[in-house]
Amino acid sequence: MLRATLLSLFALTAPLVARAAEVSTFTLDNGMEVVVLEDHRAPVVVHMVWYRTGAADEKPGVSGVAHYLEHLMFKGTDDLEPGEFSRVVAENGGTDNAFTSQDYTAYFQRVASDRLGLMMEMEADRMRDLQLDGRDILTERSVIQEERRQRTDSDPSALFGEQRDAAQYQNHPYGIPVIGWMHEVEALELDDALDFYRTYYAPNNAVLVVAGDVTPDEVRSLAEEHYGPLEPTEDLPERTRPQEPPQLAERRITFEDPRVAQPYVIRTYLAPERDPGDQRKAAALTLLADILGEGQTSELARRLQFGSKEALYTSAFYRGTSLDDTTFGLVVVPAPGVTLEEAEAALDREIAAFLDEGVDPAQLERLKFRMKAGEIYEADSAQSLARRYGSALTSGLTVADVEEWPDILQSVTADEIVEAGREVFDRRRAVTGWLRAPGQETTPEGAEGAVAIEAPTSTEITQ
Amino acid sequence: MMRLALAMVLALAAGLPARADVDVEEVTSPGGVTAWLVEDHTIPFTALEIRFRGGTALDRPGKGGAVNLMTGLLEEGAGEMDAQAFALAREELAASYGFEANDDSISISARFLTENRDAAVDLLRSALVEPRFDQDAVDRVRDQVLSIIASDLNDPGSIATRAFMGRAFPDHPYSAPNDGTIETVTELTREDVAAAHADTLVRDRVYVGAVGDITPEALGGLLDDLLGDLPQSGADLPKEAAYSADPGTEVVEFDTPQSIILFGHEGIERDDPDFITAYILNEIIGGGGFNSRMMEEVRVKRGLTYGVGTWLQPMESATLVMGQAASANASAAETVEVISDEWARAAEGVTQDELDAAKTYLTGAYPLRFDGNARIAGILVGMQMDDLGIDYIESRNDQIEAVTLDDIARVAERLYRPEDLSFTVVGRPEGLDATN
Repeated sequence: MLRATLLSLFALTAPLVARAAEVSTFTLDNGMEVVVLEDHRAPVVVHMVWYRTGAADEKPGVSGVAHYLEHLMFKGTDDLEPGEFSRVVAENGGTDNAFTSQDYTAYFQRVASDRLGLMMEMEADRMRDLQLDGRDILTERSVIQEERRQRTDSDPSALFGEQRDAAQYQNHPYGIPVIGWMHEVEALELDDALDFYRTYYAPNNAVLVVAGDVTPDEVRSLAEEHYGPLEPTEDLPERTRPQEPPQLAERRITFEDPRVAQPYVIRTYLAPERDPGDQRKAAALTLLADILGEGQTSELARRLQFGSKEALYTSAFYRGTSLDDTTFGLVVVPAPGVTLEEAEAALDREIAAFLDEGVDPAQLERLKFRMKAGEIYEADSAQSLARRYGSALTSGLTVADVEEWPDILQSVTADEIVEAGREVFDRRRAVTGWLRAPGQETTPEGAEGAVAIEAPTSTEITQ
Repeated sequence: MMRLALAMVLALAAGLPARADVDVEEVTSPGGVTAWLVEDHTIPFTALEIRFRGGTALDRPGKGGAVNLMTGLLEEGAGEMDAQAFALAREELAASYGFEANDDSISISARFLTENRDAAVDLLRSALVEPRFDQDAVDRVRDQVLSIIASDLNDPGSIATRAFMGRAFPDHPYSAPNDGTIETVTELTREDVAAAHADTLVRDRVYVGAVGDITPEALGGLLDDLLGDLPQSGADLPKEAAYSADPGTEVVEFDTPQSIILFGHEGIERDDPDFITAYILNEIIGGGGFNSRMMEEVRVKRGLTYGVGTWLQPMESATLVMGQAASANASAAETVEVISDEWARAAEGVTQDELDAAKTYLTGAYPLRFDGNARIAGILVGMQMDDLGIDYIESRNDQIEAVTLDDIARVAERLYRPEDLSFTVVGRPEGLDATN
């Protein structure tokens, strides 16, 4: 039953694409890409602008500036006062927000469909005409420091995640948290944010996704009216980040914090991501994560929770939608009386046994059926479909890749899954992390607090 | 200041489109079970929300956590199936069932494909009607619950809630954590779990919302199959809870860089004629979004927090009006001060502009809620439990529009009572003295 609480936090596996909605795509003359997902069940649209830039594109020394800028985007333009954007959205019965990840920054509103033009007008305005005043930006810097305290510093699991990411990436900026290191966040300047804004915020570096009660023709005409006149940026930097060298040495970290009550072990391996036209290995890893760690009948649950009873909870995760190398993770929360060392040994033992025995064909069949059903359930939410396209298109993938993905998942074989596992489970490219309270050897049999287990990598943070 | 042409035009144009186009039908099964249905055959699946009135507050004396543990065990073996066999059957159907226990209700959220609906309903029926509560499952899930309880003991937010509820309702089950305590859960037996099942999953307190690819006739048959074999009635609902927190500030020392600030006092009943007015007021003072007074004063103007919000909390046996914020230990005292000032200002009412803006937002945003089968099913159940009437969706925005500034002034004075406001602060707040 623990799944309800913990699984949602670990469930970062790349999702399926529902085809129930009609998908149309086109590109404006200035290079802005547009995706329209029609769903006429309710008179509502989701309007999203995704920029192909995120925290991993920051210059050294200004970590957190992508996210800081995202906050500042609500602080006014030549035509809008600070806070006016959100106020106008609310006055029109809508809601709005934004979020930043390593690879993208996105802004969205949910409104009645006849307000789409207004949303585009305001979003287009702040793409090019941000205007900030000194006092507002200092106050907002305090806000993001509070945000970091709330999300990270108050939560040993989140601190642990930061330390693991930093150890995982030896050269790539994915090792730096999206929210930024506190000592750099507190020193961010207006010019840092404006520099990022001028470099990356442009129609030819953005993807417009509109989902809901609209037609592609309506979207095209509104988009040409509002976004069409924006000048593209001619010298957009090429999207290359420092890449990982061959990783030659296993890394192990132990993070101790008195606020931890429930110790656990997580191992992450550097793993390939979905690449355009080349998603097969990522599909195999996606299935592998489900086979190992999704639900009561998964390999790890069956072996460690129900079989040997060494674990209270187990999970596996893989997030294939990423511009650069991603990670594959394994989690074991030890049962009472079991040490982290024993839990890790049990994990290694059972992974080895699984690779030896191979995939249970019946389990694979169930999983593929559930993935097909997932497409049906997914069609219920225009917003999640919109996010699927937005995150893929800003992580180096194309619409064709998104549409092929479900079929690729269905075609992956048991052998490919085991092969992908053998390739990725290389300890030289792994970080093994233990989280515990000082002096804590095992899961307590009863008392003394703990902390809920957080997502291994917080992929997005919101305004 | 806004100079965007289109924005001007639209902002002035009153009357949003904003009628939720949702057709709710009441269905009564041949066996007498009632449900509300929204039929929509666009996508071949059905979302079903089932809620039983009476939740963890029905834990028997000394058996704290029994209802929660029972709810967690519903999917851990039923009928002929042990936990693994049940999970396997569910996977083969690609159905999902969520089970959750709250203070005042137990929720079951299910969704299943049209192509195997009968089998999915049959499996869910076995979980509700004939759960096994095998001893090994009880022990395994108990360990998971104990781990969660241990975690909550070190989580500032959970500590704050427990402390506040303990002061608010010391003589009522609301003061006890839903999951129980280490001591009570450790002692729970299989018999306690079975008793919790008999106390709570009963036909005379069940509410059902169904949305999706299903006809009224099919839903009628489904209701009898699913719920017909449950007992008719269970344990009595708990008595009214007397609110007894003293005003002032309680500090719970906890070593963490940011203080959690929980605040509030007694609130207003859901069936009070002034509830809608109070709801609008709360939206203005600290409701969702970036435009509330609290967000403006605490976050936007002063940068003291990432998030601050308030809410109305009408419960089965009590009411609260509450709020929460988080701020660095060094600025927690200032945050408490600003919140106190805003609470006092709230009691004086709001301006016509604020009221108009809130009405526009609330009426415009309402239809946006009905955007998915599962979400609508949840709304349908909530409406039934709150006794709102099947035409509520039609009339709700008119009720919002009808509220006047006089109504607001009257209800503001009643709802916000600065002299009663009580804070629980968890952390190492600097310069903040406990006053109670």
